[in-house]
Amino acid sequence: MTTLANLHPGESGVIHAVHADESLFQRLSALGFRQGKKIEFIRRANFNGPLHVRIGSTDIVLRESEARRIQITH
Amino acid sequence: MKRIALLGMPNTGKSTLFNRISGASARVGNWPGITVDLMSAKILLGGHIAELVDLPGLYDLHGFSDDEQVVRHFFANNTVDLVMIVLNSAQIDRQISLALQARALGLPAILLLNMRDEARRAGITINVEAMSKQLQMPVVLISAKYGESCPQALQVAAQNLDRQHASMSPEQIAALLQQDSSIEREMESIVKNAVQMPAQLTDQLTNKIDRVLLHPWFGLPLFFAAMYLLFQFIFAVGKPLQDGVAWLLAGLRTEALGPLLTGAPAWLQGLLLDGVFNGIGTVTAFVPIIVLFFIIMSIVEDSGYLSRAAFMMDALMAKMGLDGRGFVMMLMGFGCNVPALMGTRVMRSRNLRLLTMLVIPLSLCSARLQVFLFLTATLFTATQAPLVLFSLYLMSFLTIFLSALIFKGRYASNEPFILELPPYRFPTLQQIWLRGWHEVRHFLNRATKFIIIGVVLVWILTHVPGNVPPASQATLAGMIGSWLAPVLTPIGIDGQLAIALLFGFVAKEIVIGAFAVIYGLQGDALMHIIAQKLDWVQGMSFMLFTLIYTPCLSTIAVLKSESKSMAFTLLSIVWSLVLAWVISFIFYQSARALGF
Ligand SMILES: Nc1nc2c(ncn2[C@@H]2O[C@H](COP(=O)(O)OP(=O)(O)O)[C@@H](O)[C@H]2O)c(=O)[nH]1
Repeated sequence: MTTLANLHPGESGVIHAVHADESLFQRLSALGFRQGKKIEFIRRANFNGPLHVRIGSTDIVLRESEARRIQITH
Repeated sequence: MKRIALLGMPNTGKSTLFNRISGASARVGNWPGITVDLMSAKILLGGHIAELVDLPGLYDLHGFSDDEQVVRHFFANNTVDLVMIVLNSAQIDRQISLALQARALGLPAILLLNMRDEARRAGITINVEAMSKQLQMPVVLISAKYGESCPQALQVAAQNLDRQHASMSPEQIAALLQQDSSIEREMESIVKNAVQMPAQLTDQLTNKIDRVLLHPWFGLPLFFAAMYLLFQFIFAVGKPLQDGVAWLLAGLRTEALGPLLTGAPAWLQGLLLDGVFNGIGTVTAFVPIIVLFFIIMSIVEDSGYLSRAAFMMDALMAKMGLDGRGFVMMLMGFGCNVPALMGTRVMRSRNLRLLTMLVIPLSLCSARLQVFLFLTATLFTATQAPLVLFSLYLMSFLTIFLSALIFKGRYASNEPFILELPPYRFPTLQQIWLRGWHEVRHFLNRATKFIIIGVVLVWILTHVPGNVPPASQATLAGMIGSWLAPVLTPIGIDGQLAIALLFGFVAKEIVIGAFAVIYGLQGDALMHIIAQKLDWVQGMSFMLFTLIYTPCLSTIAVLKSESKSMAFTLLSIVWSLVLAWVISFIFYQSARALGF
C-alpha cells in the first residue's frame, strides 16, 4: 500500500481509498477517483509541479499534496 | 412559458449546445435567488415557446464551489419544466453520477450524451435503450459541435415538457443527496449494462502531442514561442486590414460626411466630425486586429492547450500564492479582463479567488493593446515598436507577479489544485465565425455605450469655453489638467494627456479616441502631431501608466459584483493607481536622469 504521490511516471495502480474532507472527496470522486478504479501516472511537471494522471478516459492533473491523500494498491 | 435548464459538468459542451439551439436570441439575465447572470434564450419547442437557461457547469449537485451554489439556489428559487443534462459520452463512466443525482432530486430530466463523435472514435459504445430504462429517463446520443442528432434531442425534450417541478430549498437538496453510496453502486451497474469500453482507451494522437508539448524542459519555452508566433501572425494579418479600415473611414469623411454637413453650424461640424467621427473612427480602425486576436484566442482556448499551460505553470504560480488556473485566467485577461474575472468562480477558496481577481486587471487587455499599438507606431520605428510592445507584455506579467507576492500573505489559501486535461480539439469554422461575430457585437455595444459618450465629453471639455483655442489652458480640459499637474508632471504627463487618462477610467478605447478629439486630427496627421508633442520617454511613461491603472468601468463593476465587497474593489483600484504611478515615476525619472 502506498500513495499516488509515491508512484513513478509510467506506473499504475488501483485506488484503494481517498482521504479527504467532504468537499475535496466529492470533487475527486466526480473526476473519477473512486475505490477500485485503475489509475495511471503519466508524468510530472518540473520543479515539484503537479502530477498528470489518467483514470479511464479522463486525464487529470493534481498537486502532490492531493496525490498524497490517494491510497494505491499495486 | 415552459422553462428548460441545461445542466452538466464543466467542459461537456453545454455552451456549444446552447449556442446551437438558441441561435441569435440569447441574452444575459437576472434570476431570482442568485447574484450571477445566466444566459437564456427563447426557443420554439413542439408548439410551445420555452425559455432555455444555461446553468454554470458543476461536478456535483451538492458541491461547495460558488458555481455549485448558484445552481442549487437557482433550483431553490425557480421552477423548471425540464432539465437537459449534458454529459460527455467518452467519460460517461464517471459523469453518470450527475444524472443519478438529478433523478434522486426528482427533477424532470432527459439525458443528452454529448461528444458522441469522440466516443465513437475512442471505440466506446453506449446502449441507449438499456441506459434509459435503468435511469428511468430518456437518453439521446448527440454531438453539439457537429449538430448530429440535435433535432432529435429537441423532439425528445418537447415530449417531456409536462412534468413541472416545484422549487426546492438547498437543505432539501442536501438531504435528498445523502445516499451517495447507493449512487456509486448504481453507476457501476449502469456502466456495466449499457456501456462498452475498449481496454485501451487513450487518445493516441493527444498522447503523442502531449509528449512534445508537455516535455519537462521544452514544454514551457514551446508554449511561449507558440504564443509569440500567434501574436506575430495576428499583426501580420491585422495590419493591412487596419490600414484598409482607416482608408475607408477617411474616404467616408471627405466624400460623404463633410459635404453633407457643410450647411451646419461650425460648432456642430466640429462636434460631429472632429469629435464623434474622429474619435470613433480612430478606435474602429483597431477592430479588425482585435477581432482577429479574439478568434485566435478562441482557437487556443478550445484547443485544450491552456489547461496544459496551467499544468506546466502551476509550480511557479504556487510560489506566488496562485495556481495554474490563475495563470490561464491571466492569459484570458489578455483578451478582456471581464470574463477572466468571472472565470475565477471555479475557485472555492475565497482568498485564492480574491488574490486572483486582484491581479487579473493587470493583464494587458485588448483595449489597452489598441492604445499601445497606436502609440508605439507613433513614437518608435517599425523595428523598435514590436520590442516595446513585447516589453509592455513583460511588464504586465511582472506587475502581476509583484502584486501577487505582496498580497499573498493577506490572501493566503490552501485550495487543492485539480484540473482536467481535455483531449486536443480544433473548433469548427462555424464556431470560429460565431466568436468573431460575438466580438464585433461586443465592440459595437461598447462603442455606443461608452465610446461615443466619452469622446463627446472630451470634445466638450476641450472646446468650452468656445472663445479660446481648443484644448488650451483656458478650456475646461486645461483647468482639469493644471489641477492634476502636481501628480502627473513628475511622471511626464501633460495636461492634454491627463484628460485622455481620466477618460481611460471609463474604457481604454476612449484614450485613443480622446487623442483624436484633443488634437482635432485623425490617422497619419494625428500620429504626426503626437510625435511632435511627446518624446519617447513621456510616451513610455504614459503607456506604463495606462497599462497598470484600472482597466475600465466594466472591470470595476465586475470586481464589485464578483467579490461582493466594496473594500476589496477599492483596494484593487487604489493599488493599481499607486502601482501605476510609482512605476511610471521610477521609469520617467531614471530615464531623464540618464539623460534621455
Ligand atoms: N468533439 C466534440 N467536441 C465538442 C462537442 N461539443 C462541444 N465540444 C467541444 O468541447 C469543448 C467544451 O465545450 P463548451 O461548450 O465550452 O463546454 P461547457 O464548459 O460545458 O460549456 C469545446 O472545445 C467544444 O468545441 C462535440 O459534440 N464533439
